[in-house]
Amino acid sequence: MSSIRSGLPVHVVLLAAGLLSLFPLYWLFLTSLSPTQYVVRVPPEVVPRELTLDNYQRLFETTPIVRWLVNTVVIAGVITAFHLLFDSMAGYAFAKRRFPGKDLMFWLVVSTLTVPAQVTLIPVFFILRTLGLLDTYPGVIVPGLADVFGVFLMKQFIQTLPSELEHAARLDGASEWQVYTRIILPLSKPALAVLAIFTFNRYWNAFIFPLVILRDPAKYPVQVGLATLQGEFNTDFGMLMTGAAVAALPMIVVFFAFQRYFIEGIRVGGVKG
Amino acid sequence: MLSLQSARIVGGEFIGLQNFVTLAEDPVFRQALGNTVLYSLVVVAAQLTLALVVASLIQPLGPRSRTFYRALFYLPLVNSAILIAMVWRWIFNANPYGLANTVLGAFRLEPLLWIGSSDQALAAVILSAVLTIPGGGVVLYSAAMSSLPRELYEAAEVEGAGALTKWWYITVPLLKPTTLYLLVIYTILAFQVFERVYVMTNGGGPNNATITIVQLIYSTAFQFGRYGLASAMAVVLFIMAVAVAVVQFRSLRSDVEY
Repeated sequence: MSSIRSGLPVHVVLLAAGLLSLFPLYWLFLTSLSPTQYVVRVPPEVVPRELTLDNYQRLFETTPIVRWLVNTVVIAGVITAFHLLFDSMAGYAFAKRRFPGKDLMFWLVVSTLTVPAQVTLIPVFFILRTLGLLDTYPGVIVPGLADVFGVFLMKQFIQTLPSELEHAARLDGASEWQVYTRIILPLSKPALAVLAIFTFNRYWNAFIFPLVILRDPAKYPVQVGLATLQGEFNTDFGMLMTGAAVAALPMIVVFFAFQRYFIEGIRVGGVKG
Repeated sequence: MLSLQSARIVGGEFIGLQNFVTLAEDPVFRQALGNTVLYSLVVVAAQLTLALVVASLIQPLGPRSRTFYRALFYLPLVNSAILIAMVWRWIFNANPYGLANTVLGAFRLEPLLWIGSSDQALAAVILSAVLTIPGGGVVLYSAAMSSLPRELYEAAEVEGAGALTKWWYITVPLLKPTTLYLLVIYTILAFQVFERVYVMTNGGGPNNATITIVQLIYSTAFQFGRYGLASAMAVVLFIMAVAVAVVQFRSLRSDVEY
């Protein structure tokens, strides 16, 4: 079999590329587990001689990392819940219903996908200030709801669903709401799973919006909180890497648990990285 | 609209295109524009090449290997840009115990200042982006390759074409729609580069060596309170993104049928 002979070098190249890509993560966890004197060792050791949880202890004792993690879960969780509801509704309407201006509206929705989010940063900031929402949780959550990636994803999925069930239900006198909750939602579970994971991941990792909107460090999500631990000249890299490890771990676990949904999401909805 | 006003913390009046004139004359903005374009050119070219090559290597493997590698290359991307940038800052720090300098040392090269030097900081930022395999692109290329028509390959085999010939003359041209799509997405993402610069080089590096448009929007608006001027920069960024998208739609329309 030629495929086995030619396969081996391919695997070697791919694994090497994969390990190179994963190296920052490895270095992150390794530094977090290394005693301080090894962190600044010349030369640094790629394979550890001694591991310790000192950095973790220091992190949990001296920074509000737990509070930051809770903030992140709340912010990303609430945004995700709203997206599941809104995006499935809008996706259903765009995929299955007829209404005037539908094509134009969908085109408008999709065209906003090409607008860099940072372009809207300053207007959003001013709107939130007018509404008195700066430095509040709703202030971080509400702008997150105006993100149309999920509408596109749900529309693409729902339009592949057969319309017969929907028609049958309507003949039996089902209302619009019943069609949506009893037929569309249960059939859309795989797409909803993709949407939930993508949205949660995205807002878990959000940075510039919360950085600008929040002032009170007690309200920071973990990414923004960690960035404040960096000093201009003097940074405790052991502790910083530990904080980053703590923030990264939940997403890595989520990825391993729901890997196929991630891959499916990229295939259907395009890339985010 | 804000881009046409002299908005500061309070008030602001209509000043026409003055903000854009200010920008055109501002050396820091030009630096930011130049850095962003250079970063985008290098990073996007590298990302497309890497994604295409990796996906092509994955393709002939069995379904289980394919699933494994797709996941392997996507795993680094579920982490936030901030965390990854923190690691790169640590790797590219100017001290002899920085990992990048250790690698140089292994090749008997002198240690560099990396992010501590105005000549090398941007290179370090670009390198940190290039050294990550673009997992999303790998997945999309890989999915597109699975749906290419078999007949063309069979015809080429009859003609006696080798693997590389088939790849260059059949696979690569047929993937053009995916390439264009990724080109636009990655370019727009690269235009928005912020976290890397903010974290790796404290928001701009020595002598603004790594300043980018979004970084400059952020500091102009939220550190110096010049919202009008920053909005004008955001408009420039928006126009750049739209221009890239329009070019894509054009090329898609003139796409050749196979």
